[in-house]
Amino acid sequence: MTEEEKERNVIVCRCEEITMGEIRDWIARGYDTFDELKHILRVGMGPCQGRGCREIILREIAKMKNVPVSQVDPGTFRPPSKPVKLELLAEEVDK
Amino acid sequence: MPEEWKNTANVVVIGAGIQGCSIAYNLAKLGMKDVVVLEKDTPTAGSTGRCAAGIRAQWGTKMNCQLGLASLEILENLHEELGMDIGLHQGGYLMVAYKESEFEQLKKNVALQNSLGITSRVVSKEEAYEICPTLSAEDAVGFTYHHRDGHADPFLTTIAYHKAASERGVRFYKFTECTGIKVKDGEVKGVVTTRGEIDAPVVVDAAGPYSQHIAAMAGIKLPFYSERHEILVTEPVEFGVCPCMLMSFSGNYYIQQRPIGSIIAGCSPEGHPEDYSLGNTWNFLEHMSRVIVKLLPKLGGVRVVRQWSGMYNMSPDKQPVIGESKEVKGFYISAGFSGHGFMFGPISGKLLAELIVTGTSSIPIDVLNYDRFEKGELIEEPAVV
Repeated sequence: MTEEEKERNVIVCRCEEITMGEIRDWIARGYDTFDELKHILRVGMGPCQGRGCREIILREIAKMKNVPVSQVDPGTFRPPSKPVKLELLAEEVDK
Repeated sequence: MPEEWKNTANVVVIGAGIQGCSIAYNLAKLGMKDVVVLEKDTPTAGSTGRCAAGIRAQWGTKMNCQLGLASLEILENLHEELGMDIGLHQGGYLMVAYKESEFEQLKKNVALQNSLGITSRVVSKEEAYEICPTLSAEDAVGFTYHHRDGHADPFLTTIAYHKAASERGVRFYKFTECTGIKVKDGEVKGVVTTRGEIDAPVVVDAAGPYSQHIAAMAGIKLPFYSERHEILVTEPVEFGVCPCMLMSFSGNYYIQQRPIGSIIAGCSPEGHPEDYSLGNTWNFLEHMSRVIVKLLPKLGGVRVVRQWSGMYNMSPDKQPVIGESKEVKGFYISAGFSGHGFMFGPISGKLLAELIVTGTSSIPIDVLNYDRFEKGELIEEPAVV
């Protein structure tokens, strides 16, 4: 297996089990923003909310578009910042 | 790589949500060349990608029943047609009535639906509990169900249209906002955008929550407004706790479980204020969590991972406007879906493309012109959350 093939098999998003190869393929098709990749591959939508994969994907977009990482939109962050149980949220109302 | 800018086109579509992508794909399929789609963000970044994913034929007007059923039929074969999985799940919609008057209306809707070939039916509480094994609705007075309703992935469905349209030569310009419509002597001439102008004899307003603003650029007054609806999603849990879409008009909720296991739940804002912001509130999180835990008590320990909001583009009778403007020739509208744009997209895009290419549509939609509002010929839809 070549280095390139090995890299393609690396799981980048562990929540949704998305590989580097899938991410590179979709960027190559023109879906080259974090939010577009999120919409198609669900990266950043799992329990970790992109804490594991976001930086890696932003670096990959930058590399493939040949721009600095600082110019790549990090995509949307959504609340809550940490998963919260429904029963805890529901109880809060009764206090 | 900077993409080539086209100064002219046969059709310019404004908005790459489900409407714009479906219209563009269907135009290309009918042989229309030189179609350009403008999107101020990225495809499906607006209302489509924010919606609750529901698809249904359980409606209260003949028009919506026809559109709903025709759309289901397209969605059932869309993976094959577009060559991409769209995350279709037909677990049915279970409508829950808490008031006698509401149940009477649901029963009337079922009679209408049945007369149009939709096999919805009234179900008992025992049957409702079989359809949704974790449901607790002792205070409900009645239920209706249609097994072909369900949900599809709004992102994947729209991207599937987007990709298929691109492969058929449609040009999509993302991060390109429409800032003006060129009209001369009652005819549309093209668009002005943040990246330049495009001359075109046909312009389609598929701008979702901003459709009335786009129409105003052509001098057309659409009596629409947009309102913010909030929604949340949980971590995935074992599939089967809520295999159907649970929906109630008086209960003001819709709750479903995606095949991946996450529960999605949303409701309408109190008082339905006009609101173009896309913020999130703590109030919604508390309210929705309480509704979910009451209806599906086993879910108490499940965690909310994300909340967001999106806009409904409301029309006076909660039915869309689909067709050509009578004031500005060549200016077409597909908007005002009042929260149901995603589920109608497959059929509305097809019908509008037919209208543009052939001048007629396979389902007559003349009544969906916006002059109905001025004439007072509203077709009020009762089955809306």
